[in-house]
Amino acid sequence: MRTLIFLLRKEFLQIIRNKLILGMIFALPLIQLILLPNAATYEMKNITLSVVDHDHSEDSRKLINKFTASGYFQLTDYSETYNQALDQVEKDVADLIVEIPQGFERDLIRESETKIMIAANAISGQTAGLAVAYSNSIIRDFNNDVRVELIPQSRLNTIPVIEITSSNWFNPLMNYKEFIVPGVLALLVTLVGYLMSSLNIVKEKEIGTIEQLNVSPIKKYQFILGKLIPFWFIGLIVMSVGFVISFIVYGIYPEGSFWVGYLFAGVYLIALLGFGLLTSTFADTQQQAMFIAYFFMLVFILLGGLFSPTENMPDWARYLTYINPVSYLIDVMRMLVLKGSSFWDLRNHFLIVIGFAIVFNGLAIWNYKKTV
Amino acid sequence: MKQLLTFIKKEFHHILRDTRSMLVLIGLPIIQLLIFGFAITNEVRNTNIAILDNAKDKATQNIITRIESSQYFDIDQTIKTNDQIEKAFKTGRIKLAIVFQSNFMKELAHNNKAQIQLISDATDPNQATTLINYASSIIMDYQNEFNTTNKLPYTINTETRMLYNPQLKGAYTSVPGVMGMILLLISAMMTSIAIVKEKELGTMEVLLVSPMKPWLVIISKVIPYFVISLINVATILILSVFVLGLPIQGSLLLLIFSTVIYLFCALSLGLLISTVTDTQQAAMLISLLGLMLPVVMLSGYAFPIANMPFILQVISNAVPAKWYIIIVKGVMIKGIDITQIWKELVILLGMTAVFLLISIKRFKIRL
Repeated sequence: MRTLIFLLRKEFLQIIRNKLILGMIFALPLIQLILLPNAATYEMKNITLSVVDHDHSEDSRKLINKFTASGYFQLTDYSETYNQALDQVEKDVADLIVEIPQGFERDLIRESETKIMIAANAISGQTAGLAVAYSNSIIRDFNNDVRVELIPQSRLNTIPVIEITSSNWFNPLMNYKEFIVPGVLALLVTLVGYLMSSLNIVKEKEIGTIEQLNVSPIKKYQFILGKLIPFWFIGLIVMSVGFVISFIVYGIYPEGSFWVGYLFAGVYLIALLGFGLLTSTFADTQQQAMFIAYFFMLVFILLGGLFSPTENMPDWARYLTYINPVSYLIDVMRMLVLKGSSFWDLRNHFLIVIGFAIVFNGLAIWNYKKTV
Repeated sequence: MKQLLTFIKKEFHHILRDTRSMLVLIGLPIIQLLIFGFAITNEVRNTNIAILDNAKDKATQNIITRIESSQYFDIDQTIKTNDQIEKAFKTGRIKLAIVFQSNFMKELAHNNKAQIQLISDATDPNQATTLINYASSIIMDYQNEFNTTNKLPYTINTETRMLYNPQLKGAYTSVPGVMGMILLLISAMMTSIAIVKEKELGTMEVLLVSPMKPWLVIISKVIPYFVISLINVATILILSVFVLGLPIQGSLLLLIFSTVIYLFCALSLGLLISTVTDTQQAAMLISLLGLMLPVVMLSGYAFPIANMPFILQVISNAVPAKWYIIIVKGVMIKGIDITQIWKELVILLGMTAVFLLISIKRFKIRL
């Protein structure tokens, strides 16, 4: 116990003495937490729209008005031809083209059926999909208006209709920040913990101070514990400050219990730091450790479900997310913050992460050899 | 010149000797691209849902079968009461619940109106919207078939065209994004660490007292990483064309030319990082912790810049990856020529110049 306390004192001193790094550990994540979630929005406000109106009728004008009045679209220009509008898309001036054919109004009234053409810049499938969905709903609305105007009420009622009502639970205002902030916080805690721990042991190796530790009577587990505990505290502090910022800046706080959150983060950090130390024992130079850390970090983040849901992934990738510790933290943070899940709801997450903690730290202790 | 060559040779030896790092440097872009190309998609597939069927008649059975047989949904559980819905959501098992009213078929046939309630887990608002849209369209299909004899009059049909990317492949956004991200991160990280390492281990002084000019020392350190980055560019392009099926619509030469300029920019950013840090740990924290998320989130590849608040739109201009991604999208996918991207190229060159100027200034002070 006394040995461990001495070791801890050494580690803490080393961390506190290096003001540049200490500052970065806190400043970098927190600035990002304040700024970046604002960038994460798919909410479309300014879909740029180029209209090609061959009809110039009252109905076509009404429809265009409906588009501009919706608040989602920003009319950039009226083009004479489709090709001219396409030019606008090529230049990134417009994202969506609405082409109203000649005879639009006439066909609607005489043939009872007419058509309209939409073309979206689909380089980003996601935004294109949303833009098209918005325009479809505007056209549907317009269509209903037309029907109400033209069909007598009594006839409308004889058509069987399934009424679909939808409600959005846990985030009724569909606030994207409530989704992204807990995820970004989880990620930043992970980055700090993992990057710091993965470089730690290998730094002593590279500078040569590890030999002094190796010849001392310190036990292997004491050594690993001495490395792990300081970063564990740093991780929890970063998370606490993160919680404060999410509350002050975004008004977001966990629906569920704080204690469950800390308990989970505590267990998670043990697992994560174990993985970092394991990385460190495998590498010979800091450079190597960094590249390995970079590799795992990117894969963990990409497969962690921060931006794109893991449910949609193909099977092989979904199995990979099961062994990705980061995805559990992101998941738990979101469940706590948005759904208020209880400890019992999260029991599986806890069990799995405890498993990670045992395996990673076990391997790290086993792989750390007291010889050079 | 001979001296320079010897130095470059030394640096190459350093890098080639370390097979583990080499593996990561060359292999990572490949793995990243494959993950992006094949694993990350926003298409809805096999999402777990719960069904609460209060009617259990022919109509609801028919709709449930349609939902189940669609590739979008898997029915995870059939529940009996309303409060079980919340429980299912809280454990995170399901993303959508569909509730049918009682006497569904009877109401639909006799009163011309029947109700279905869709409850989504809006933790992820986008996913929730998409799921509700898919489920609604399946239900609407059923309704239309139910009404075949009774077609709604005055219908506006919409014909939709998806430009450039008709199959809505994710690779069309991810390849330019990955190129912008990985080239910047790897180049900046590699160069900054390589230089700081010599400082930290004390070997920098040995190099600087050698008859080599200091800037030649730096160049000899940067060149090997420039070569590795070029290899990365080649593997990314080959993979995206032959494995992910992405076209190169514009000129390949222009694409490579712009990429080289971007690499200069990234390497000089690395140089800049190396002049402000003394330890590898600090260099890494800046280049990974400091750059990774901003590059992902502000480069316009994960989220459209036009939707961001004004301040972030301004900040995003300082992210080199933003300009490079515009170039790659334009040249690769839209097939535009240099007249439409020269502005972006000039901006990248300007950033390179600024990074280099600051580094040179700081470098001299230290000598």
